[in-house]
Amino acid sequence: MSTSPITRPDESSAMPAREPLLQFDWLLLLSVVGLVVCSLIALGTATRGDVPGDPHFYLVRQGAYAAIGIVLMLAVSRMDYSRLRELKFGLYGIMIGSILLVLAVGGVARGSRRSFSLPFISVQPSEVGKLLLVLALSAFVVDRVRRLRDRDTTARTMMLALIPAMLVIIQPDLGTGMVYIVIALAVLFIAGTSWRHFTALAIVFAVSTTLVLVAAPAMGVQVLKPYQVQRLTGFLNPSSDPRDQTYQLNQSRIAIGAGEKTGRGPDHATQTRLNFLPEHHTDFVFAVVGEEFGFLGAAIVLSLYALLIWRALRILTLAKNLYGALIAGGIVAMLMFQVFVNVGMTVGIMPITGVPLPLMSYGGSSVLVTLIALGLLQSIYAQGRAATAFKGRALPF
Amino acid sequence: VLQLQEDRRPPITPQLALRVAILGGFALMMFAIIFFRLWFLQVLSGERYLAQANNNQVRDITVPAPRGDVVDRNGTTLVDNRVSIAVQIEPRKLPPEGAPRDALYRRLGRVIGMSPRQITTEVAGQRKRLPYANVTIKSDVPRDVFSYLFERQTQFPGVTVARIYLRRYPHDGIGAHLFGNVGQISPDELKQLRFKGVPQGTIVGQDGIEYVYDRYLRGRDGATRVQIDSLGRPKGELAVRQPAQGNNLKLSVDLDLQKAGQDAISGLGNGRGAFVALDPRNGEVLALGSSPTFNPNVFAKPLTEARYKALTSQANGAPLLDRAIRGEYPTGSTFKLITATAALQSGLITPDTVLDDPGSIQIGNITFQNSGGTPHGSIALREAIQVSSDVFFYRMGAQLNGLKGDVLQRWARRLGIGRPTGIDLPGEFSGLLPSPEWRDRLFRNKLTDRPWTVGDNVNLAVGQGDLQATPLQMAVAYSTIANDGRVVTPHLGLEVDDAAGRVLQTIEPGASHKVNVAARNRQAILDGLRLAASAPGGTSADVFAGFGRPVYGKTGTAERPGHADQSWYVCYSPDPRRPIVIAVTVEEGGFGAEAAAPAARLILSQWFGVAKRFVAGSSQTR
Repeated sequence: MSTSPITRPDESSAMPAREPLLQFDWLLLLSVVGLVVCSLIALGTATRGDVPGDPHFYLVRQGAYAAIGIVLMLAVSRMDYSRLRELKFGLYGIMIGSILLVLAVGGVARGSRRSFSLPFISVQPSEVGKLLLVLALSAFVVDRVRRLRDRDTTARTMMLALIPAMLVIIQPDLGTGMVYIVIALAVLFIAGTSWRHFTALAIVFAVSTTLVLVAAPAMGVQVLKPYQVQRLTGFLNPSSDPRDQTYQLNQSRIAIGAGEKTGRGPDHATQTRLNFLPEHHTDFVFAVVGEEFGFLGAAIVLSLYALLIWRALRILTLAKNLYGALIAGGIVAMLMFQVFVNVGMTVGIMPITGVPLPLMSYGGSSVLVTLIALGLLQSIYAQGRAATAFKGRALPF
Repeated sequence: VLQLQEDRRPPITPQLALRVAILGGFALMMFAIIFFRLWFLQVLSGERYLAQANNNQVRDITVPAPRGDVVDRNGTTLVDNRVSIAVQIEPRKLPPEGAPRDALYRRLGRVIGMSPRQITTEVAGQRKRLPYANVTIKSDVPRDVFSYLFERQTQFPGVTVARIYLRRYPHDGIGAHLFGNVGQISPDELKQLRFKGVPQGTIVGQDGIEYVYDRYLRGRDGATRVQIDSLGRPKGELAVRQPAQGNNLKLSVDLDLQKAGQDAISGLGNGRGAFVALDPRNGEVLALGSSPTFNPNVFAKPLTEARYKALTSQANGAPLLDRAIRGEYPTGSTFKLITATAALQSGLITPDTVLDDPGSIQIGNITFQNSGGTPHGSIALREAIQVSSDVFFYRMGAQLNGLKGDVLQRWARRLGIGRPTGIDLPGEFSGLLPSPEWRDRLFRNKLTDRPWTVGDNVNLAVGQGDLQATPLQMAVAYSTIANDGRVVTPHLGLEVDDAAGRVLQTIEPGASHKVNVAARNRQAILDGLRLAASAPGGTSADVFAGFGRPVYGKTGTAERPGHADQSWYVCYSPDPRRPIVIAVTVEEGGFGAEAAAPAARLILSQWFGVAKRFVAGSSQTR
């Protein structure tokens, strides 16, 4: 791995022209702060009775994660992300290494081996891995940008994503594994990979899904754990058996539906308060919002996400170089996938995959990684603005 | 300033613009879908989900109501309740059969001290009877077991611990046959009119007094509506309906008399027998018992197969069998009261008609003998009853057979033989009153070897042959003569009281009707009974020697195929305030004066406060 920075004349001199500290996408920042506030309100009200004797257990921790995360976000936004490109092997290596390590020695939570326990925080390498993958993969694709039409490029990129994805899926954490694949697809998509390659990937995906879900079990080989299969297929018929996985779906829908237009309020949200809503501080936090604050509350949260995605897509177009655009593409795809899959799950139109809702779900790793990713977006924005201001135009693709 | 900068957008390639637009369009579409879905869930179907959410969080927990107490005529408690902690299985919530359920039974068995096999058997057995009910596998578990299981409900799915009320019988076997038992209402009973409106799972009377007076004794179960969390842990009470204890039932039984009766007959003969004590004026049952008896407290625990067998097997004398209302026996000479009534009322004889008793008599081609062939000489009805002349009554039987219209049978039926007495206990047997019509029908259907003959009536006249009657029926027959022809319906229930002892309702005795027995005839019969129990040569005179109160009684010695002679005694003792009729029978007790009459004396002694003494008589009459 090379440690000497790749210097380009236009990048090394890319200093903001004026008011460098105020180069922010303020609307993006607004949506982030809004979502953090929503998260604290939802978690604060929903988890009052979860830890006996400590009604603010989750609230205090989530608040601390968010505060640290926002500091990190601001710090990252003032750095030039382009320097990360040269660290691609290191980033990729750290990602694979930490995921392997957690498989070997990690703590078991809810049947999966996902995290390390450090003194103040338990680190989920698969969460951090999302961001590392975005950075590394974007760098690899930038390197091969002239050979984008080669099937080889697409195949290699997908392989680079599939390796960590598979490692995460066997933790088992199907949802995060899928995020990795989505990131790879998004990076290729933004880089300009031809539609034919995507068509081929779709076919490969369809065939392998059939193999995993239908053919392999028929031959006695279980690729996915039974609960994963049930989760993936349960949403098709949620009332079939209220006792197992689909029970969660049912309870989530009841919680959201019971919120009606303006919500039942935190005190009367029985689905949440009496634990009928499973995992109400993590995967099903959106259902908490739906029950406590109704359509109104859910709409506010969704609008904040819409704002966030709109700003992220816009930053993508403002990037000063391809690397920035690809990073922004990976991040926006990651956020979109998580928001739609998570919210879709809680409202009963998507399978249960255990993907956290960015910024809303309780969890240090997820919150910190998401905020750092948003810091990167701010960095891309600031760099882009600076480049335009300085040169009047961005780098050509 | 910022706006100014953003106006100067860097140009991007058309391809990137398209692809970003595709991503944006996709996001827009997803948001639209989610918004519509939320609108559907929260605004269009919100009410339905709200109802489901509210329904989710409440559970109605039944709080069982204790049944009312049963007290005797003096207010002494015969049956009350005690609280017990029971381990129950809710079959629907059990883990699936096979390994998971076996593991649960193993763990549960270790806690409550039962083998998994015992639990399986208990659950299977009780489920067969009550398919949807909770199965009580163990009652009276210690407090620490209760706490252990209660705090670990998630580890023992389908297992509940509950405070239940169990029936308590402070006097153990005394009156055991009266009370019957209680149990959860069965699916069949739920459909019956008498249990209309009774919710599933209610404890109802299944037999005896508990069954007959169930609607008074049964309380109304309370309910607690609790808010629960997803694991079923209670989080608070929403509403409470207090359980209402059932009303108390006062029986006509006198506990001391009941005890005296059971003591009197236990250990006589082969240990099997029965007694009934009635108030002849109104049919109130003062005592009614059967031997051998049992301790009804055993029903508090789940009844094992072995224990049930022990309570019903013939070898043990079938303790559950109430011989006072279900024991069907030939009655021997105690039946002569009925024959005398029929003969007098039909005009066949007058009280003073004298007949010769040479000790035996030839009827058809059969010779009928007095017991031991003793001749009693020329006697009228009074002496015939006094000495229990068989020949006298053989003649009556033969002559009554010649009259039109089954006179003997008609009078027997009027006095309560061959039909249920209508006592307020379920499962009373009718016995058998043999008649020409009955035997001829059997013969036509080839169920017997011969049609009716005069010999059948001769046998009936002395309470032998095919006759079968219960001690209760005999007590009713004697009450009728003692009570000037009023046939009473024996009954146990006196009144329904509330918890404070206030009378809520007096239970009307069953209908009684009068049969016309001419005063002269009735007096002659009573004279005969009085002489039998007092005059020299009277069959039970020596039994009641020195008793000090008037007794009108008749011994009986019944020949039962395959058994030694059965001892009978039925008597009446008048009293302005508390007259009493007693019927006693002792299986294989020998002559009437040997076992049944002394037992009756003991019962009378208790009733009238006379010193108790077992005095066996020497009369060897049938």
